[in-house]
Amino acid sequence: MVEATGTPLDRVDGRLKVTGAARYSAEWDVPGLTYGAIVTSTVAHGTVRAIDSTAALRAPGVLTVLTHENAPRLQPFPEKVNGSLFRGEGGITETRQPLQDANVEYAGQPLAVVVADTLERARHAASLVRVTYEQRPPELNITASSRRTLPETFTGNKEEKLQVTVGDPKVALAAAPVKLEQVYESAITHHNPIEQLASIARWETRNGSEFLTLYDTTRGVENMQEVVSNSLSVPKENVHVICPFIGGAFGSKGWLFAPPLLTAMAARVAKRPVKIEWRRQDMFAVAGQRAATRQTLSLGATRDGKLTALQHDTQTHSSQSSGYTEPCARVSRMMYAVPNLGFAHQLSHLHLPSPCPMRGPGETVGGWALECAMDELAAELNLDPVELRLRNYAETNPETGKPWSSKHLRECYARGQELIGWSKRNPKPRSMREGNTLIGYGMATTMYPAARRPAEAKATLFADGRALVQSATHELGNGAYTIFRQISADGLALPVERVRFELGDSALPNAPTSGGSATTATIGPAALAACRNVLGALKRLAIRDAQSPLYGATEDALEARDGRLVRKAAPTQGEEYGTILRRAKLPSLEASGEAKPGDEREKYSFYSFGAVFVKVRVDELTGTIRLAQLCAVYDVGRLMNPKTAHSQIIGGVSMGLGATLMEETHYDQQNGRAVVRNLADYHVPSMADTPNIQVEWLNIPDPHISELGARGIGEIGCVGTPAAITNAVYHATGRRFRSLPLTPDKVLPT
Amino acid sequence: MYPFQYQRATTPEQAVAAVAKVSGAAFVAGGTSQLDLMKEDVLRPSLLVDVSPLPLKTISAFEGGLRLGAGVSNTAAAIHPEVQARYPAVSEALLAGASTQIRNMASMGGNPLQRTRCPYFRDPAQPCNKREPGTGCAALKGLNRVHAIFGASTACVATHPSDLAVALAALDAQVQVTGPGGTRTIAFPDLHRLPGDTPQQDTTLVPGELITSIDLPSFTGRSHYLKVRERASYAFALVSCAVALEMDGKKIRRARVALGGVAHKPWRVPAAEALLAGKKPSEKLFRAATEVAFADAKPLEHNAYKLTMGRNLMLRALLETSGLQPLQGPAGTAFAASVGGVGGE
Repeated sequence: MVEATGTPLDRVDGRLKVTGAARYSAEWDVPGLTYGAIVTSTVAHGTVRAIDSTAALRAPGVLTVLTHENAPRLQPFPEKVNGSLFRGEGGITETRQPLQDANVEYAGQPLAVVVADTLERARHAASLVRVTYEQRPPELNITASSRRTLPETFTGNKEEKLQVTVGDPKVALAAAPVKLEQVYESAITHHNPIEQLASIARWETRNGSEFLTLYDTTRGVENMQEVVSNSLSVPKENVHVICPFIGGAFGSKGWLFAPPLLTAMAARVAKRPVKIEWRRQDMFAVAGQRAATRQTLSLGATRDGKLTALQHDTQTHSSQSSGYTEPCARVSRMMYAVPNLGFAHQLSHLHLPSPCPMRGPGETVGGWALECAMDELAAELNLDPVELRLRNYAETNPETGKPWSSKHLRECYARGQELIGWSKRNPKPRSMREGNTLIGYGMATTMYPAARRPAEAKATLFADGRALVQSATHELGNGAYTIFRQISADGLALPVERVRFELGDSALPNAPTSGGSATTATIGPAALAACRNVLGALKRLAIRDAQSPLYGATEDALEARDGRLVRKAAPTQGEEYGTILRRAKLPSLEASGEAKPGDEREKYSFYSFGAVFVKVRVDELTGTIRLAQLCAVYDVGRLMNPKTAHSQIIGGVSMGLGATLMEETHYDQQNGRAVVRNLADYHVPSMADTPNIQVEWLNIPDPHISELGARGIGEIGCVGTPAAITNAVYHATGRRFRSLPLTPDKVLPT
Repeated sequence: MYPFQYQRATTPEQAVAAVAKVSGAAFVAGGTSQLDLMKEDVLRPSLLVDVSPLPLKTISAFEGGLRLGAGVSNTAAAIHPEVQARYPAVSEALLAGASTQIRNMASMGGNPLQRTRCPYFRDPAQPCNKREPGTGCAALKGLNRVHAIFGASTACVATHPSDLAVALAALDAQVQVTGPGGTRTIAFPDLHRLPGDTPQQDTTLVPGELITSIDLPSFTGRSHYLKVRERASYAFALVSCAVALEMDGKKIRRARVALGGVAHKPWRVPAAEALLAGKKPSEKLFRAATEVAFADAKPLEHNAYKLTMGRNLMLRALLETSGLQPLQGPAGTAFAASVGGVGGE
């Protein structure tokens, strides 16, 4: 049988999704369902003086109104959850529990929940709730905030220090023959997945104790179970979190817990199941964002282009109750062989909503700054931008000294140049023109850390010849159902049609929050382990069965092939899995498996790499930039499915394009409210912006990451794209742009 | 959303009567912009009278020009052969706006009546004199990147968002209206008004007045629409420009220029139009016209770029309409109208 893994299998849930049969979190049919609507803060800083719910309570269909005065009490967040730091500086989440006090820390903060018998009545009644405030001036400026900190680590991970010095960058910079120091600024952006946040909470009494079922748009069913049970003081096993489909997350839907907690509290008080669907405008306050950054890049180099020093200092911001820090030096810390390397992160706590990871957290905007600075240095040295990168190619990780698990970046540069026709361009800036437009070519290096986490899975063989593999991971649109079915089919030596994969349920075997491009490397090996274990159990069953042709064999002498267990030495001797089970009168046979990273993590540094080349057209007199062509080549290990991988990578590239040219969330500098709050005015790339994206991959297995050889691909497409475009705009116009996004008003010459 | 009543109208007279007799009543046609605003609690009509069943869905010859029924969809008007051939600016403006789905729903009568995209208007928690007279204008001191540089007041700096309206203003279209006081004709440039102290009123229509058709006058010259936007499709104009040129041999007999995205209404530039009349098209002449057109622009903190962008765009629109520069795509299509074009080679 040909292996399913690595083939371009169509998305197995594609039909469900396009026909509307896939059930998303807001779509569960729960008997007796009621509807919650949120009242949010109109001001950014202050105290609620009074909430008058009288009119809302009198409105038709209203069951209850929850405010900080009558909501159930919640326990504070734990210090850490499943290994991630939650509280304090560098912590990943907002630790403000909803409706527990009268403080207002950002505009759009939930202040009340109105529950009614229909959505329309709930929303109308919510508009009748009157809130009065004791207002205080909000702090909204990243460089003028009174509360600034220097977080030690990103999310408590000791491997991810945020303040680091290797060698002596200060002295090396002072002594460098060529120096460059520039400030790069990036705007706040939002994930804006097409599916908005939604939760349904249902409480039941089972055997005298309270039991909560929560349907929620979460890519971390187990974290959610942990946080919700802890907050509501119910045993963990009494909370069941379900999420089989997510309509995009991109970093949101993982780390902010107020929406499900509000729903669970409302359902508890209303004594009815409650659904809360958040409106698009709410997503700009409660769903997380990528914080703005102000990054100072200092490069020192020799005249022949060898880097001697790199200092990357970031100013960014968070809310009053989150320590989340955009880790902007993630690329600088590992990309180039530089002996003197320093980076620092300063966090301003503002009266703005909490940030959280967003596709390529740190890498997307931090890598943009570094790769633009490298382009500026190349121009300064009169070197080809690719050549400058080759002269500083890191053969080992410059921060840790560890060898790479696998790195083929040189091939990416070479192939990318070939695809775009790099050598055919006139390298002189502002030298290429077609009609009204200037033409420019640019490139950037891209990367993504190849994380892997512990996970568990369960495999079940059925007597009718089908199989089921399960793990509490998530389908974000990433193709999880598809590739884990492929991997499991190979693990069980069955055709993919006979294998199902289930996910998105906290009752399933443990799996981490889906993030950090780690899902394939994390869940794939666990699924394979479960498959191996169930086949082992099946072998033992056959070996003990006197009627089996495999009777008496040793386990090692048997193998699974085409849905049969056979003797390795005589493959014609064997039988189908179902035959063994039916004779044993077993409807099914199941086994668990687990997999986790080992000491290879101590020995090697795990990263994916890539090179992005673009051609742009700049209509300078109107400030309009269009992507003419993008060619990117990635070294991401072995691909599980080239079709879903292609979709995921061009999606990442498109998101990087959006961050470069158009995406920006602006909070009013007087009152802290999000100014643009809908998808007509917050621009994400349209199809007409993204027509010519060509991506390739080397498909070289990583020999150390896992038996699958696969690293993740969720984020690498987003990283690298912004710098490649920005550098191409420089080549087109001869002008440097150091503030994202490159909207027409900035590009227009003054 | 606030509770409201809903009725379907069968004749224009009945629709007018229904709206005129109920305080807070409004017409609804495609609803593409109106329903969003209702969901955001910006608009709170007590009654919606649905005019989409009315027999106003035909395009017909009228006094040497074309009569576009108010119920004709934006798509149907944009791809009508007579519109595309004789009034390409209208097709270009329509096709460079919104999305296919929205154009299929949106009507010719409704499109010019869409409300501003000023973000402060769309958020009921922000001060906005247009939404709630007397509360102030948050955009004056806030983010005013997309706001007006002409004709604004201290009460309101919003711009009118319709692409179509800019083309209709340049073509001197006529608006037929039925209202409680009978029927009347409004010259398109007089349909919208400047904000002054009463920015809550976008137009000169009185309550209960219903647009029944948009009439395009006889026109034998060239027309063209150009638009700058922040992405290649589905974005409102930062600045746009419609030009209608009528030639007399090699000279311009009459030029009409309307700018979009710069004022509370489509902004005609009569001084520039007068400068162009009777002259031979040249880049030098057109540049002079753009200087005249923008002479009295008054930028806010974040929108001074519109002066440069607007002048550059108007110059290009004149060059392309006069034939001194080629159109960027076939006349009457979004490709001709979209500055920068779509991505790709």
